[in-house]
Amino acid sequence: MKSRADTFAALTRKAAGNRHQARILAGASAHFISKRKAAFEAVPHPAELVRRATEARERTLGKLPELLLRLEERLGDAGVRVHWAADADEAVAVVSDIAREEGVSTVVKGKSMITEEIGLNAALESMGLDVLETDLGEYIVQLAGEGPSHIIAPAVHKSREEVARLFEEKLGQTAREAEELTMIARRVLRERFLTADMGITGVNMAVAETGTLVLLENEGNIRLSTTCPRVHVAVMSLEKVVEDFDDVAAVLAVLPRSATGQKLSSYVSFLTGSRRGDEHDGAEVTHLVILDNGRSRLHADPELRSMLRCVRCGACLAACPVYRAVGGHAYGWVYAGPIGALLTPGLLGLEHAADMPAACTTCGACAEVCPVSIRHHDILQTMRIRQAKSGQTSLALRAGAWLFAHLARRPAVFGIAGVLARLASPMGMPRGRKPFSRRWPALRNRLERASAKGHGGKD
Amino acid sequence: MHAHLFIPCLVEHFRPEIGEATARVLARLGVVPVVPSGQTCCGQPLYKTGFADEVRALAEHFLDLFDDAEAVVSPSGSCVAMIRAYPSLFEDVSLRRRAEETASRTFEFSEFLVERLGVTDAGAGFRARAAYHDSCQVGRGLGVRRPPRTLLAGVRGLELVELASSDDCCGFGGAFSARFPEISGAIREAKVRDILASGAEVVVAAEVSCLSHIARGLRDAGADHVRAMHVAEVLDQGFASGSEEAAS
Repeated sequence: MKSRADTFAALTRKAAGNRHQARILAGASAHFISKRKAAFEAVPHPAELVRRATEARERTLGKLPELLLRLEERLGDAGVRVHWAADADEAVAVVSDIAREEGVSTVVKGKSMITEEIGLNAALESMGLDVLETDLGEYIVQLAGEGPSHIIAPAVHKSREEVARLFEEKLGQTAREAEELTMIARRVLRERFLTADMGITGVNMAVAETGTLVLLENEGNIRLSTTCPRVHVAVMSLEKVVEDFDDVAAVLAVLPRSATGQKLSSYVSFLTGSRRGDEHDGAEVTHLVILDNGRSRLHADPELRSMLRCVRCGACLAACPVYRAVGGHAYGWVYAGPIGALLTPGLLGLEHAADMPAACTTCGACAEVCPVSIRHHDILQTMRIRQAKSGQTSLALRAGAWLFAHLARRPAVFGIAGVLARLASPMGMPRGRKPFSRRWPALRNRLERASAKGHGGKD
Repeated sequence: MHAHLFIPCLVEHFRPEIGEATARVLARLGVVPVVPSGQTCCGQPLYKTGFADEVRALAEHFLDLFDDAEAVVSPSGSCVAMIRAYPSLFEDVSLRRRAEETASRTFEFSEFLVERLGVTDAGAGFRARAAYHDSCQVGRGLGVRRPPRTLLAGVRGLELVELASSDDCCGFGGAFSARFPEISGAIREAKVRDILASGAEVVVAAEVSCLSHIARGLRDAGADHVRAMHVAEVLDQGFASGSEEAAS
């Protein structure tokens, strides 16, 4: 997907004025945050769950090449065809080739940020394939011709009324209640699952020990996309590998809780290879595309690496005051919120998302909710330092910083600058017009006299 | 005991009455406030915009003024957070150690009163319905959430109400508010809505920048009747005023 992150500042200016969206996001975010809080408060040792999940993800990063090689071997044993893609173009080429070789004309897709990242849908459609998003939120934004605005709730920016109007326009049928609208979508999608040639999904975790792909969902569209069509293509970014099922358990203990406040997603699929011998369900052919697209470079950077622990729960979005104010589309690329502010410059390069590190109030709400202990605001601060060191900041900012640093080393001059700042400032002149340091001598005398009288300041 | 006051530049130039209240409250509690002259800035505007190296000289200046203090107290959690980050700026081992030692004796105002002095009742009286805003730098940054509430609960006549989301950011974020004023304003609107919904007549915080930012937002929302006060100012209320003016 082409990035517009270089226009982030302009996008956010426009988005911040969208009060309608802000209301929806405020409601959705508050909902996610309270569900998350309740889920973690219901367990005896929430901090321990976070510690274990963090440790599992960190251990993966510590042995990433080894685990990926082991994964490839085990996948091979399970009959899965493994493809390595250095970048988006390679990944798209692989999937296009598979579609061509397998004679595919219709595709059903589970929600997958990685397929957004590589722009897969557009590429397959240009080949003449019919590609249908089957996650309800993705289906809605696809009908509307938009991209997803949130990692786990792609259509969170749309109200029920907007969806009803959309269905009326595009499907010729509509309803008032959310459940009825869902049933309309379900009927359309059901037919397509049964007739599609290929199912494409992402991967939540890939288990190195067994070659198992782990997928989480609440709607059942992944179950259908991975078992009805003849061909299953899974696309994963390389950091999604985990070592064994203890790690799977550690991540499963926090991911659904952190995302939606569920103890577990409605469906958890463990797919080890294709349909075997006498089995009735399952794809006949399974492919896994392992994508780099900038991650190995991030992995080699000790100050940035921890962002690869992310398990895509979306909690940082719900917690972030900036995300709540501007929504997901303003981030200009695939990933939004605090993790988006890290991954976009991380994967594309700081120069392509130069405003993102500054667009953070450093409130730390993100780090507080992250189930794998990523400190988003600290990493953004590191990026700011890198930008300043490499001269990637505006001339005005550099000049201002130089001036401030010099003034702040000279108390007398700093005082004069303070007077000027007071005159210019919207905060206005304080009553009495004297700065604190000029009031202090008189106050000190009064306090000393009061204390000498033994009243400690009271008169 | 003596406490050296680190006066944030926002207090020095824009809200000197907060500095005065801080000094008076400490004095009443038997702590002698000392204000070394020549203070300038903790350096966070530089640090937060990425100019970390430039903060080193300011950190050294701070150490020269404060490293012999029994305790350093500041009415600004963000300044204290910056000071606690000073050690990481120094590669020189002896400077780093000096910074660590001084930082270990540096406290945010309410943290100092409750955790160092063991104070829960500062003797203040103030009839008002007040809501406390958990500034990000104080609550998450320093882990200081209970002390301000403890102190406010000890104020005679004060009715303390909790905001629905007391620890949601006010949207100031330092340079953020200048660079992204629309986002800053939108975040502030949500905070102001929360304050107005609580029915509070006073919003109290331990961070000067939050207070100024929130005050702007209250004015923009036509809610001038809601005052934005620092914890120190509230604790300075209710004492007989003679030659000194209590902040009012």
